[in-house]
Amino acid sequence: MAKTFTLDASGMYYRQLNEQIRAAVAAGSTNFVLKNVNGQRYIAGALEGDLTFEIQGVPGQDLCSFMRGPKVRVKANAQDGIGNTMDDGTIIIEGLAGDVVGYAMRGGKIFIKGDVGYRVGIHMKAYMEKLPVIVIGGKAGDFLGEYMAGGILLLLGMYSDKPTEPIAGRSLGTGMHGGVIYVRGEVPKEQIGPGLSTQPLDDSDKTVIEGIVKEYAKELHLDAKEILAADFVKIKPFSHRPYGNLYVPA
Amino acid sequence: MLFQPINRNYHDFSIVRDKDLCINCKVCVRQCSYEAHFWDETRQKVMHDNAKCVGCHRCEALCPTSALLIQKKRSDFKDNALWRPEFIKYIYKQADTGGVLLTGMGSPVNIPIYWDKLLLDASQVTNPSIDPLREPMELKTFLGSKPDKLEFAKTKDGSPKLKTKLAPQIELNYPLMFSAMSFGSINFNLHVAMARAATELGICYNTGEGGLHKSLYEYGKNTIVQVASGRFGVHRDFLNAGAGIEIKVGQGAKPGIGGHLPGEKINAMVSETRMVPLGSDAISPAPHHDIYSIEDLHQLIYALKEASEYRVPVSVKIAAVHNVAAIASGIVRAGADIVAIDGIRGGTGAAPGMIRDNVGIPIELALAQVDQRLRDEGIRNRASIVAAGGTRCSADVVKAIALGADACYIATSVLLAVGCTLCAKCYTGKCPWGIATNDARLAKRQNPDVAAQKMVNLVHAWGHEIEEMLGGMGLNSIESLRGNRDKLRAVGLSDTEMDILGVKHAGR
Repeated sequence: MAKTFTLDASGMYYRQLNEQIRAAVAAGSTNFVLKNVNGQRYIAGALEGDLTFEIQGVPGQDLCSFMRGPKVRVKANAQDGIGNTMDDGTIIIEGLAGDVVGYAMRGGKIFIKGDVGYRVGIHMKAYMEKLPVIVIGGKAGDFLGEYMAGGILLLLGMYSDKPTEPIAGRSLGTGMHGGVIYVRGEVPKEQIGPGLSTQPLDDSDKTVIEGIVKEYAKELHLDAKEILAADFVKIKPFSHRPYGNLYVPA
Repeated sequence: MLFQPINRNYHDFSIVRDKDLCINCKVCVRQCSYEAHFWDETRQKVMHDNAKCVGCHRCEALCPTSALLIQKKRSDFKDNALWRPEFIKYIYKQADTGGVLLTGMGSPVNIPIYWDKLLLDASQVTNPSIDPLREPMELKTFLGSKPDKLEFAKTKDGSPKLKTKLAPQIELNYPLMFSAMSFGSINFNLHVAMARAATELGICYNTGEGGLHKSLYEYGKNTIVQVASGRFGVHRDFLNAGAGIEIKVGQGAKPGIGGHLPGEKINAMVSETRMVPLGSDAISPAPHHDIYSIEDLHQLIYALKEASEYRVPVSVKIAAVHNVAAIASGIVRAGADIVAIDGIRGGTGAAPGMIRDNVGIPIELALAQVDQRLRDEGIRNRASIVAAGGTRCSADVVKAIALGADACYIATSVLLAVGCTLCAKCYTGKCPWGIATNDARLAKRQNPDVAAQKMVNLVHAWGHEIEEMLGGMGLNSIESLRGNRDKLRAVGLSDTEMDILGVKHAGR
């Protein structure tokens, strides 16, 4: 049976907060409600299993780093480093998020309603049944999906506070050697990394996007039909060995 | 051939085959993974192609009749102090291919080796020397943060009891560890060997950045798990598997650039351990893209401490570069328990030659400066220092400890112990000694039991030599040597060099 643990985080240092959460997990709590969170770092870091978190307030850096399994909902904005090297689970951000979301993420899903900062989805990777997914409802900063080695990045550009910015910053997908980036609408060509280009979708892409968007819209109470009512493009690596011919034996 | 490349015959080695001794048994043909030896059907005898020889000496070592001799090629270019042969050959190769020059192993170039210019002290008459064969001698080393002060309480019976909570430590029976060589860059047999040898010796080996195979978790007490920018195989189980966690920021052989395991070396087992697809390149970005400042490093150090619930020390490994002392100070202030510094002569499975031979500084200078800086700032106790990069023998270890290291990382020495001849072609994946290869036919040339025994033998021998040198100085504990530069004297160094090293000239 689900056991709920409610905690008022006001004035609490992250170390005590996370110690209490780990102790509660060990004691069998599965559902967590964290109130008055105000910048505490590493919440849900390296936790495993079928746990849920509702975070009220803004959590600090490295939320859910190394996490494997829990479902975390943030009722506000989030800071940098969400889902760092995350293995599995789901993160839902009802506001916007900072830099370095999902760095080297290997599995699980991150759904962000609004904009994100720089360096999001760098070195995401997939392996066997693990396929990480990041959906960004707003716009993204520079270096989105750089060094991407696997997984799916879906950029919508719809729920943004930056009306004059391009949908993605500079160097989109630079050095990617796996995975796919889907963008709703078009991306200006000069924003895309060297050697890459946008391509039209095929039927299997459409099925993938539809599945992800439906789940995303349900979690964030958005209209899936409206999201799907535009064309998408995809960006894929031109080689899984982009630097294979760079060297000569000395 | 009319259109053969200019450098076709400017190869590095010649194979000399003694016709009287050769019995055409084809051992050399089977041993050479570069196909320098071959069976000539027409002539019905073993022949060779000198241009393909990399100088690994495998055929020479295994020839049953000692018929083979591998020599440097005799033809020399005209003497030229500026245009030495390696530069001439580099240009021919790059003109043919447009490629970046790729090398393996540590830098062979003639950068000063300060170990050779430092001499150790010994006791005469006063403070008698100690014979380690008959007297206790302590090499035990603890790596981790030490407290600023110790506080004691009294128990009921009046005896003192430690009140200060000590930070987690890595306990080593020798001031030595096997340095990071990833599974992938070297094969599984050698990882098994390192794990078993480290366990038997009571020291640690480092996984490198390629993750840790499930079957090696049982050696966790003697394992340091490494987290590099690619985060290959990094997850909560991995982070909790070892006795310590190391963040790899830099490597002495290639400061400032990332790692790149070519697809050819990624077989099923490497793919499983790194959790990346078969045959796809495994690219580690040059920086950790979540570390752009000391504050960000602090963030990752504590993310790892949280993930491991503060049970193990966290190390940060950097390459020795110009401002290494200031960087190390920042690393210690960011919360690292161990700072590992890798000098310019450190080894690698693959590095661009220009970087390997030209970027970074020697470990001796870096080590002395880091130790001094941390002492001057009153924070030396907060972190241990591990020195890496070109430690060739036990005397180098003793000198490193006298310069301020808590322990040394060794790797090239460990590979030499199992047969490596420094042919420096690790990046081809064809290592004929079965070391830097994941080809099953070649990898089986390393038997994990035999390899582990050789590693154990090497450390036992060095350990005994270290004890002899300590005893000679009248010291009975490695702790008494740490940062004890009075035990060192320089020969033939300038005032500036001696000032940086913090040592006097011999005779003073």
